[in-house]
Amino acid sequence: MLRRGRRKTWLLGTFLCLVLVSGVEAGAKSEHSHGGHQQQNASEITGIPIVKFKWHHVEMPYTVALWVLVAGVCKLVIEANHHVTTVIPESALLICFGFILGGIVWGADKVQTFSLTPTVFFFYLLPQIILDAGYFMPNKLFFSNLGGILIHAVIGTCWNAATVGLSLWGCHMGGAMGDIDIGLLQYLLFGSLLAAVDPVAVIAVFEEVHVNEVLFIMVFGESLLNDGVTVVLFNVFDAFVSLGGGAIDAAEIVKGIVSFFVVAFGGALVGVIFGILLSLLTRCTKNIQIIEPGFVFVLGYLSYLTAEMLSLSAILSITFCGVCCQKYINANMDEKSVTTVRYVMKVFANGSETMIFVFLGISAIDKTIWVWNTGFILLTLLFVFVYRFIGVFALTWIQNKFRLVPLDFTDRIIMSYGGLRGAVAYGLAVLLDPNKIKERPLMIGTTLIVVYFTVILQGITMKPLVTWLKVKRAALSEIMLIEKVQNKVFDHMLVAIEDISGQKGHNYMRDKWKNFEGKWLSWILMKPSARKKHDYVFNVFHKLNLKDALDYVAEGECKGSLEFVRNETAYIDFKKKFGDDFSDISMPEIGIDMGDTTIANPYARRDTVPSVSLEMHEQTMNGLRESEDINTHHLLQQHLYKGRKQHRHRYSRSHFDVNQDEDEVQEIFQRTMRNRLESFKSAKMGVAPPKTITKHPKKDTQQKMPNGKSTDKTRSYHSGDEDFEFSEGDSASGYTGSFPRVTYTAGASHLQSNPVRSLFQLVLRTGLHARPGPHGPGADPALAGRGGAGQRHRRPVAESPGRTALDPSNLRRLAPLRISTRSSDSFTLAGVDPAASSRDRDDLPPPPSPPPTYKPN
Amino acid sequence: MGAAQTRAEHNYHELSDKTGFSLEQINILHKRFKQLSGEADTISKENLKSIPALSDNPIKNQIIEAFFDKRNQHNGEVGVYDEIGFEEFLMVMSHFRPPSLRTSEEEKKAMRKDKLQFLFNMHDTDSDGKITLEEYRKVVEELLSRSGAIGLEAAKAIADAAMLEVASSSMPDMPADYFYEGITFEHFEQILNGLEMESRMHIRFLDIDTVTMRCDRQ
Repeated sequence: MLRRGRRKTWLLGTFLCLVLVSGVEAGAKSEHSHGGHQQQNASEITGIPIVKFKWHHVEMPYTVALWVLVAGVCKLVIEANHHVTTVIPESALLICFGFILGGIVWGADKVQTFSLTPTVFFFYLLPQIILDAGYFMPNKLFFSNLGGILIHAVIGTCWNAATVGLSLWGCHMGGAMGDIDIGLLQYLLFGSLLAAVDPVAVIAVFEEVHVNEVLFIMVFGESLLNDGVTVVLFNVFDAFVSLGGGAIDAAEIVKGIVSFFVVAFGGALVGVIFGILLSLLTRCTKNIQIIEPGFVFVLGYLSYLTAEMLSLSAILSITFCGVCCQKYINANMDEKSVTTVRYVMKVFANGSETMIFVFLGISAIDKTIWVWNTGFILLTLLFVFVYRFIGVFALTWIQNKFRLVPLDFTDRIIMSYGGLRGAVAYGLAVLLDPNKIKERPLMIGTTLIVVYFTVILQGITMKPLVTWLKVKRAALSEIMLIEKVQNKVFDHMLVAIEDISGQKGHNYMRDKWKNFEGKWLSWILMKPSARKKHDYVFNVFHKLNLKDALDYVAEGECKGSLEFVRNETAYIDFKKKFGDDFSDISMPEIGIDMGDTTIANPYARRDTVPSVSLEMHEQTMNGLRESEDINTHHLLQQHLYKGRKQHRHRYSRSHFDVNQDEDEVQEIFQRTMRNRLESFKSAKMGVAPPKTITKHPKKDTQQKMPNGKSTDKTRSYHSGDEDFEFSEGDSASGYTGSFPRVTYTAGASHLQSNPVRSLFQLVLRTGLHARPGPHGPGADPALAGRGGAGQRHRRPVAESPGRTALDPSNLRRLAPLRISTRSSDSFTLAGVDPAASSRDRDDLPPPPSPPPTYKPN
Repeated sequence: MGAAQTRAEHNYHELSDKTGFSLEQINILHKRFKQLSGEADTISKENLKSIPALSDNPIKNQIIEAFFDKRNQHNGEVGVYDEIGFEEFLMVMSHFRPPSLRTSEEEKKAMRKDKLQFLFNMHDTDSDGKITLEEYRKVVEELLSRSGAIGLEAAKAIADAAMLEVASSSMPDMPADYFYEGITFEHFEQILNGLEMESRMHIRFLDIDTVTMRCDRQ
């Protein structure tokens, strides 16, 4: 396995080499031949050239595209080897790949043709990563930890810059570096460019470790927000270096401090403004949905560039743009557009991240930047590492005095250890002016070594360290619904307690902000229709419904073919009928009971079907396959609407959906209604439905369910809803007989049998009390007996065989959890008083036996 | 005067030991208590309900009920008070006290359990040790009561879904006809095991008196 993986890697690696070398050589060759070629063309036009080789013409975009491809393939190769990526983080591997690629390029060109230039990095690779970070920022978490983040981002970064610079200078004075020409200010400049924790590296490493969310947001938030500080520090010291030591006076220093505030807050402000603009813009893009997602990227990018233009912090700007607009644009835009934005965002961010790491590796293979100075390099590494620890520990110590939840020792270690330096530092180092700073190559080289050290070594050891220290991990599993509800309860509870205790704390502020936001900001920035939809409840509800539907289909699919449609439809019809009964006052007890029965429950079908029942089902399937095929065919022929024309895909730049004919929809609807009406009539007159379909060998099921079948047959037609094309056909054709099978095949997931059970009971009662069906009362005892046997068969341990079906406790157990699988049903019955139903439970008629089990033949 | 002062102080020390609040915090909360009760010794539900800031809190009734619930006093009683004194008030408040750095792991665990119990009691309105479906529905309904028409319908669906989820996860091998009567505290604890409580059920009780500062200005 391992070996095979490696071989694959090597194969791909060699492929990459070939691509690259050929590309580079082609470039070189064409450059040589290009001049002559053109002259030739110019001098002697003998005829119209049919094919020309115009490498130079496409060189630039071609190389870019090729590199993007290469970086992508690198990632592909790395991700193909899971056993490697579990140990070594992807970012480190990408850098190593970069080394190899750089070596190849160097071998071909004898000069470093490609390296990460600051322009490319800051203008084309970084923005989308930061925009992605801002757009997906967990806002609540971010803002509730903002204080701590800012302390680390501002004070921590300054501390790092100052201490590293000063200590290096001290060592220089002590003679540890040998003979290099760096002054105090230059050391400080170097310290400041190394001070910042890099967002790209932090995301890359922490994403794979899954530490708890507070810890993550502390490190990640710091890495985003410290950019403002870094930019200021870098610019200030850069200016100081050019001014020279003598020209710096108090006024300049004050200016430097002022510029910090201006740069940081100005950057954030620009971001907020663009965020608002973007939100406003998406309010009115209803008619141009196809380019809607584009605005997000363009305006995000513009906010970055604007901040850069005003020499403000561009990273802060684009971060805040993303943070501010995420809520509103997600609500304003079409769901498809939101998905597009999310996806494209990830594509861009991931792509750039890959490129950045690969190029960080490639950049290393350059003779000109390697000026080795053991003292300087090692001391820098040491200081960067040590001062990060000291800084974090000191700052968290202060913070813990105020923090509600103190950061414990292990958290602090991980925070210190997570101080990864990355491409931002390298980009800034390359920006150094070679005229002013003599030792620029040494600085670049050292920066690269620091980056490699942090990303590769710390990245690799991060995971073991986290495991070893038993740092609290983030919960990987999806949070349960009850937890979501509980979180909501917490929010309100905290506010309430603060109100009662008469304090104005965080929660109070947050509540006030929420109210303000809900009242004003949403009103301005959100579409009216979106405002309604953006409700928390609606979201949860929407998700529930979606999940419900998905599970439903998934389950059906796992049963094979169309069977699920039929069975489920029968099932649904059955309940619809009771829904109607509810409106029928003649049967109040059933109606009331329905309130419980049709509880919406998407999770009812969530349980995976255990293997035993699957096996059972397999047998069923085999037995029924043939007849079902026939039936299916018949059914489809009878009831499927035959499209008047084929769906045509027409090419359109702005619409990509299949055209649908209005009339067609109308016709389907009318047809369905007519069918329903017919079957309703026949039901009322007590006439057997006209359509009879061949009985399939599912006889035993049907016999076991005489009640279900009969009642269903007679009364399921006035199911007032229009969910399924199939419904009438199903009930008419007697397929309902098979409905318990849905649940009994899945019988091992016990919850699922609950609904059926209660249904069954309802059927029974209908039979007994309301409108005795043809087989109603007579079938009851038989049913009870068989049911008991069936149950023993299914669950030998769960219930004592002696227990009678008429045991009232049996019934009690059923009552509250009668849950349908269809949440939509709860709408029709939302008005039922639960108290009434619980009262009703006490004087219910004798309950039926546990439902019969389907026994495979 | 002096004697009353020392007696109050002695009293405060006792309360501080019992609830874990500092003397300053108790002092502040006492002032607040007096303010809410209108200088009386006990506080009634109406007093709490009249807090203006509380008016748009959807679950204010549940919170207020919790203050008058005997179960939250840790004296083994069950039932409801009509009025509570300062000590009871403080005991309820103490559920929201954050741990300090010195709190040991065991103490933290105990605190967590305590908080969960508080939460559980809040939902278990009839004190039978189980959160039944009806009770839970009510919780969700109230929680969503501010969200308009869709709230009521959705609340039911959500409550039911949550309940079923709990049932299926806490009793994975539940027999098919088992009637899941409700969430017991053990299940509740188990389910919320992964939930990070630290930031969600803690309130910073200030040592500075914001109440009176505000009052003075008024």
